[in-house]
Amino acid sequence: MLAITVENLTKEFNGLTAVDNISFTIEKGEIFGLLGPNGAGKTTTLSMLTTLLKPTSGKASVNGFDVTKDMDDVRNSIGMVFQDMTLDDELTAYENMDMHCRLYGVEKEERKEKITKLLKLVDLEDRKDSLVKTFSGGMKRRLEIARGLLHEPEILFLDEPTLGLDPQTRNKLWGYIQKLNEDNGLTIILTTHYMEEADKLSDRIAIIDKGTIITLDTPDNLKKELGGDIVTIETQKSEMFEQLLKKEAWCKSVKRHNHSVTINVKDAGKIISEIIKLAHKNNIIVDSANMHKPSLEDVFLYFTGKTIREQEADSKDAMRNRMKMWRKR
Amino acid sequence: MKGSAVYTLWLRSIKRYIRSKSRIIGSLAQPLFFFLALGFGLGSVFSSQGGFDYLAFIAPGIIAMSVLFTSVFSGIQVLWDKQFGFLKETLIAPVSRNSIMLGQTLGGATTALIQGIVMMFIIFIFGKLTFETGILIALGFMILISVAFTSLGIAMASKMEDMQGFQLIMNFLIMPVFFLSGALFPITSLPSWLKSVVYINPLTYGVEGMRYGLTGVSSISPLFSLTVLGGFCLVMIFLGGYLFRKIKV
Repeated sequence: MLAITVENLTKEFNGLTAVDNISFTIEKGEIFGLLGPNGAGKTTTLSMLTTLLKPTSGKASVNGFDVTKDMDDVRNSIGMVFQDMTLDDELTAYENMDMHCRLYGVEKEERKEKITKLLKLVDLEDRKDSLVKTFSGGMKRRLEIARGLLHEPEILFLDEPTLGLDPQTRNKLWGYIQKLNEDNGLTIILTTHYMEEADKLSDRIAIIDKGTIITLDTPDNLKKELGGDIVTIETQKSEMFEQLLKKEAWCKSVKRHNHSVTINVKDAGKIISEIIKLAHKNNIIVDSANMHKPSLEDVFLYFTGKTIREQEADSKDAMRNRMKMWRKR
Repeated sequence: MKGSAVYTLWLRSIKRYIRSKSRIIGSLAQPLFFFLALGFGLGSVFSSQGGFDYLAFIAPGIIAMSVLFTSVFSGIQVLWDKQFGFLKETLIAPVSRNSIMLGQTLGGATTALIQGIVMMFIIFIFGKLTFETGILIALGFMILISVAFTSLGIAMASKMEDMQGFQLIMNFLIMPVFFLSGALFPITSLPSWLKSVVYINPLTYGVEGMRYGLTGVSSISPLFSLTVLGGFCLVMIFLGGYLFRKIKV
């Protein structure tokens, strides 16, 4: 079963293309990550899928409902946690939850039980009567996630769910998200520009940059595409070692960086001894050896030719202009 | 249109209103200062010249003032929701924008009306009002003023991008609307250029209607006031609804 289908979806703001002809499908029960730098078009994509923005062209359906024609059905099927806080901080946690229930037509008899259950899930039960303005950033985010689940949506959208949170809170939130997916089979779509977050949570990841999807696969497959493992050797004679390595058949690619050599191999476990042997034979002293699986950072670099941080510096200006144009309308 | 959504947003306004003690007191203080300073200050001049009870004259105007200010302010609250994100939560819910707008309007109007009634009680303490059936007429006009100007506030908030325009609206729209409404001076003997400005101002009809209800006299027929203010109120509801539907978040 498909939770979401997107066909040739495009959004333009006054001639600037924020989302450029993207297509993908998301299975029910999947955690799907949209990974990309700020301004890549992640939030715009989410806004279209959640009926807040009308696409310029293309089609999208959520839980079987068309996002432009059956807006209320779509809205009833989804929970959304926005990037910016959307709680009323003059009200208590319980009141915020209660208001949400009323807006979504949750029956009066069920409200209290559901609210209590969900507040317990996010460990906020003892703070239910405190005003939201007294909450920390992490607590607010947890409350928003709990609120988004009140009307029992089929699909939960999370826009940068851990942006600006400390590592400990982030870890805890990841736990909640995984639990929701495992226990209730909830389909979750999250956007993030944290590699680690996308890697840890997502079943599949779409890397999005400048409004287009560059690649889409499971985190493992994305990394496999780069080829096996990465081995980093530190040695004083790095130049000489690089030349030697280039001649070996098992070596897919070598890169030298000061006194270290980065080698891309199929299976580091088997090859590492070959590498050490080669060094030994040529009287090259290995100061240290390190092997790791390619990270998503390596993947992003591979597909875009830039690290995500470099890309962000570029796209920030573009985004700023886009926002300006948008506001003027 | 969903009744439950309208009620939810109304309830939110009321809860927030009851909780903001400083706002309640703050928005009572200003009209009260006007009442005391102008009423006793200018009142002594009038009474020495022929026994015109100025305090009784401005009493309806001062009540209208507190309704006007509170309703515009409540309407503009939408701008806060827009800036601090809460608006998104309502816009993404499976309810129509019309019901959200209507809930916001009724919520704001209710707080403005409560504020006006409290003001009425305070003025009553000064012995300038008598509670007769006319009070129901005054209440009717107060409801129209509060709904109309809350809608106007929402309409403006829908178009505004940030808080910077807020002060501008207060100084160049709301203050003139109040001062040129006949709340503080009789409109019959004004110079003709000023008279026409006063007659264009919709609040004039609200103040005149309230004055008829509270003191039994007015220079504009109460039925005519009701027609004009009622028409203005409807136009504002539609304008507010139209602009609110076009909000982008």
